[in-house]
Amino acid sequence: MNVGVLALQGSVAEHMKMITSVNKKIDVTPVRTIDELSTVDGLIIPGGESTTLRILLDEFDLYTPVKARIEAGMPVWGTCAGLILLADSVENEKPYFGLLDVSVKRNAYGRQIDSFVAEGDFAGMYIGMVFIRAPKITRVGGGVEVLAEHDGTPVAVRQKNILATSFHPEMMPRDNRVHKYFINMIDSKV
Amino acid sequence: MAVKDDNKAASNRKLLNRNLAQMLKGGVIMDVTNAEQAQIAQSAGAVAVMALERVPADIRKEGGVARMSDPKMIAEIQNAVTIPVMAKVRIGHFVEAQILEAIKIDYIDESEVLTPADDMYHIDKNKFQTPFVCGARDLGEALRRIAEGASMIRTKGEAGTGNVVEAVKHMRKMRTQIAEVAALAPEQLATYAKDIGAPYELVRQVAKNKALPVVNFAAGGIATPADAALMMQLGADGVFVGSGIFKSSDPKRRAEAIVKAVAYFGDPTILAGASYGLGEAMRGVDLDTLADDERLAKRGW
Repeated sequence: MNVGVLALQGSVAEHMKMITSVNKKIDVTPVRTIDELSTVDGLIIPGGESTTLRILLDEFDLYTPVKARIEAGMPVWGTCAGLILLADSVENEKPYFGLLDVSVKRNAYGRQIDSFVAEGDFAGMYIGMVFIRAPKITRVGGGVEVLAEHDGTPVAVRQKNILATSFHPEMMPRDNRVHKYFINMIDSKV
Repeated sequence: MAVKDDNKAASNRKLLNRNLAQMLKGGVIMDVTNAEQAQIAQSAGAVAVMALERVPADIRKEGGVARMSDPKMIAEIQNAVTIPVMAKVRIGHFVEAQILEAIKIDYIDESEVLTPADDMYHIDKNKFQTPFVCGARDLGEALRRIAEGASMIRTKGEAGTGNVVEAVKHMRKMRTQIAEVAALAPEQLATYAKDIGAPYELVRQVAKNKALPVVNFAAGGIATPADAALMMQLGADGVFVGSGIFKSSDPKRRAEAIVKAVAYFGDPTILAGASYGLGEAMRGVDLDTLADDERLAKRGW
């Protein structure tokens, strides 16, 4: 199995380390080009700044091939900025990939001083969740399963091959269960 | 119980503040002096902006005391962009930092670019909820700042000169010292800590992890896409560009080019494309012409 991490900007190294910590035999590829994209079985869109990521995706012609792979069923996981890029509707902005039937509001929890750590259930596992200037999911479409909530708001969702979290499991180096969950998604495809 | 919860909250805050710096990795943080420049920076792909009244090149030229920016100007920039907004305070000026915290700035830069307010001590950054970034020329300085509570480090370089030589020197020094520490036997660490003026506990951490405990960006004198990629290839996690963008002939294009160069820092073909026909870079200063007291990197204790 080869797991890709979109490596244009953000928490790339953290995600790569987490995947390796689940299973050393899994290949992890930083993805910056179409060729690299074509080698991976699943893709993580990491935390970072979504405005930066979308500019670089456009600039280096990755928009169409990434979108095509996701539409063809490749498992994809967006954390924070990645969630914004996947969402079907983004408050006050044009959506980017628009493949995940949720609405999000950027920086809805506030500025950095309002960033926080919480705990809760994720698909039946009790985990810690790190929210950093996080986007809020304000609407969830019919075909979307809510995997985790915080204060009654969905913070992790899944729609078939698309997983998205408002929080950052890659910032919990001692707990790789959410990464394991994503690897299982790829496993059932490969 | 309450004490335990307080401790937990404090350690969470420390973690969250370091985590935000991790989110900025592979990105470019740009100095801007008004809302319009902030928007240009954001649409060029900046991961954050640094709000300040005068870019370092102008501070250098105009002289006088350089202070924290007017909160009104910072608020205008905060309202103009969605990316994080940083702002500078003078070394040791903890009240300027309190003011920035009150207006919910995302990151505070305790910066040698402004005129120091304290010639002996830096701010006790552990007292704040808001994260701090600080400049450092070497490992000892970086670890002293981290001990005081900095969540992110940047090289000092020599700001406002458009000359990358000092940033290179500081980054190389840091890398060399980290490699040195990593090669030491445990019984050598206390003496090494004493020699570089750094807390033993942090030196021990560096020895164990072979890395700084926080993200380390390059700053000071970066003016071209090639400069930015140079710093990345030398091991920087990202770059700050101060005067280099808005003192050049075509800020928008230069900003976009530097963002590309940092994302694809290892790909010379892309770097060539990003450097192509960019117009004039900022004029720059030969550092040999600077008197000792004109060197901003010397500020900091």
